Amino acid sequence: MEGQVEIRSPLVSRQLRGGTLPARAPHGVIAGSLALTAAALAATGAFGIGLLMALGTIVSCIAIYAWSRAVEGPRRALDRLMTFAIAAAFALALIPLLSLLFQVTKRGLPGLDWEFLTGTPRGVIGGGGAAHAILGTVVITGVAAAISVPIGIMAAIYLNEYGEGRLRRALTFFVDVMTGIPSIVAGLFAYALFAIFFGPGIRLGIMGSLALSLLMTPIVIRSAEEVLKIVPNHLREAAYALGTPKWKTIVKVVLPTAFAGLVTAVMLGIARIVGETAPLLVTTGVVDSINTNPFQGRMQNLAVYAYSEYRTPGVMKQASYDRAWAAALTLIAIVMILNLVARLVYRRCKTEIG
Amino acid sequence: MVEPTGARGARADAAAAGSTEAKADLGQGPPDRRRAATMQTRGLNLFYGDFHAVQDVDITIEPHKVTALIGSSGCGKTTFLRSLNRMHELTAGARVEGEVTLDGQDVYAGGIDPVKVRRMVGMVFQSPNPFPTMSIHENVAAGLSLGSGRVGKAEKDEVVERSLRGAHLWNEVKDRLDRPGSSLSGGQQQRLCIARAIAVEPEVLLMDEPCSALDPVATLAIEDLIGELKSRYTIVIVTHNMQQAARASDITAFFNLEETGRPGRLVEVGATETIFTSPTVQATEDYVSGRFG
Repeated sequence: MEGQVEIRSPLVSRQLRGGTLPARAPHGVIAGSLALTAAALAATGAFGIGLLMALGTIVSCIAIYAWSRAVEGPRRALDRLMTFAIAAAFALALIPLLSLLFQVTKRGLPGLDWEFLTGTPRGVIGGGGAAHAILGTVVITGVAAAISVPIGIMAAIYLNEYGEGRLRRALTFFVDVMTGIPSIVAGLFAYALFAIFFGPGIRLGIMGSLALSLLMTPIVIRSAEEVLKIVPNHLREAAYALGTPKWKTIVKVVLPTAFAGLVTAVMLGIARIVGETAPLLVTTGVVDSINTNPFQGRMQNLAVYAYSEYRTPGVMKQASYDRAWAAALTLIAIVMILNLVARLVYRRCKTEIG
Repeated sequence: MVEPTGARGARADAAAAGSTEAKADLGQGPPDRRRAATMQTRGLNLFYGDFHAVQDVDITIEPHKVTALIGSSGCGKTTFLRSLNRMHELTAGARVEGEVTLDGQDVYAGGIDPVKVRRMVGMVFQSPNPFPTMSIHENVAAGLSLGSGRVGKAEKDEVVERSLRGAHLWNEVKDRLDRPGSSLSGGQQQRLCIARAIAVEPEVLLMDEPCSALDPVATLAIEDLIGELKSRYTIVIVTHNMQQAARASDITAFFNLEETGRPGRLVEVGATETIFTSPTVQATEDYVSGRFG
């Protein structure tokens, strides 16, 4: 059987031009399969959008393979089948993401008004805004980043430029272990540390920042290390050959070359921590008024705010729920804006490494 | 700081200290007054971990001459070249035994700062490697900005122009000094790298197959440049191209290895004309006449 198939394939028959499906064939197959499946489902009375998509995908895979095999031969048919399968997997992966974005936007938009962005719930019954939480998120995340970025990048420089042997391997191992720390453990660690000095029940913004920096540092280290690794060695050698000390080579040649990638590394770290809830619940507490001093008093943040609005709604339950959704939407918007800024920086500063 | 030995006088001492006055002194002298350094190796053995790469090299590299290192791939030419300015040791596990002297001073002696050795023994690499984050101007001035002393803007501009003129690149780039170095063609980039290397006024210039990534026209430009640079520097060039060795060098050293896995050795060294017309060793004759390798 196999032998016969090969003889019929275009290359073996020395005929370069084989049969080809029309350019729009894949689209046609998908549309046709969906229509056919919909009709079949309607006839059996079991119509459902999820079922339609699942069955439709399978039917179109079979259809494109059969049609292509008949016209183009087995190699092209397998290629088309794989293309379909990969596209389907991509769509499947996209469904939860899009659905989440859609739900958060739909439910968050009604609560997202001027009052939400500028007001606080202090002295307001069943209303108020989340300005205190937005500011708190910015301060806590900012301080955490201020702790993590220097430590993370310097550790990455050590691992990539200086470290060797056992110490390097041990550090890499512990960084990997740190990446897997459950966030609540980081929160409890920060709480326990501060409780030693300030007594139990202490709640400070800086505690939250410390807990978050425990989560952020390993991410920054690992991604910054990868970025430094791709700075080509011949650039370092060029600097050494000019009589440049090693530290200056790193500061003036390696880091600028890797700058765009380092920004991305920092962004990955921030994206990891900006939505953390559990460690902040035990370290920064819940509060109704604006506090921008991380060294004094409780500090609210968006994730904890969303949680507490949902958990303990006020007299007007629906308004509380709306504010929780709006807080979630704001959080996503902050991450998105930060990502866009990082992409912009990346595009501007990207160096072509030849 | 180790006291300079032998012929190196106060000037070399000042240069080693890397002070700005020393730099001015190095830079200002007219070409004929400038004195390049002699390099010499005695019983030089180079290793990568357990692998013995180069064995027992004794050679004297004359000042104001172009010395070409030829030989088949893997015979240790590049390794030898990199040992002359202590770049060899940058490879993990690399080891050096024996002596390399720069005007009589052992560059591998204890207390010698490799950074200062490299300042006096510059290097141009196989493929052009301008710093991608820097402009043409910044690339040429890199050796000054990355070095120890502070250098004023006027002096920097002057050094940049002089170095670019020295590398025959000034006329092509003078109107776009602030463009990135990577915007130039391959041949121009290599001349930019040469300008960058001579901007710090080294005494010896090592070139590791500087033309292997270039077309014949760019290669010719670099070879002409090498011919001119030897009035100011001692030049060592590794090349796979025997015509290039014959054209551009005064002295040729032939490296060979008896078989794979054995260390490379210096077989013969002599005036280029002698090596190419009447070498004393059969292996050299076989190689230069293209019978093997």
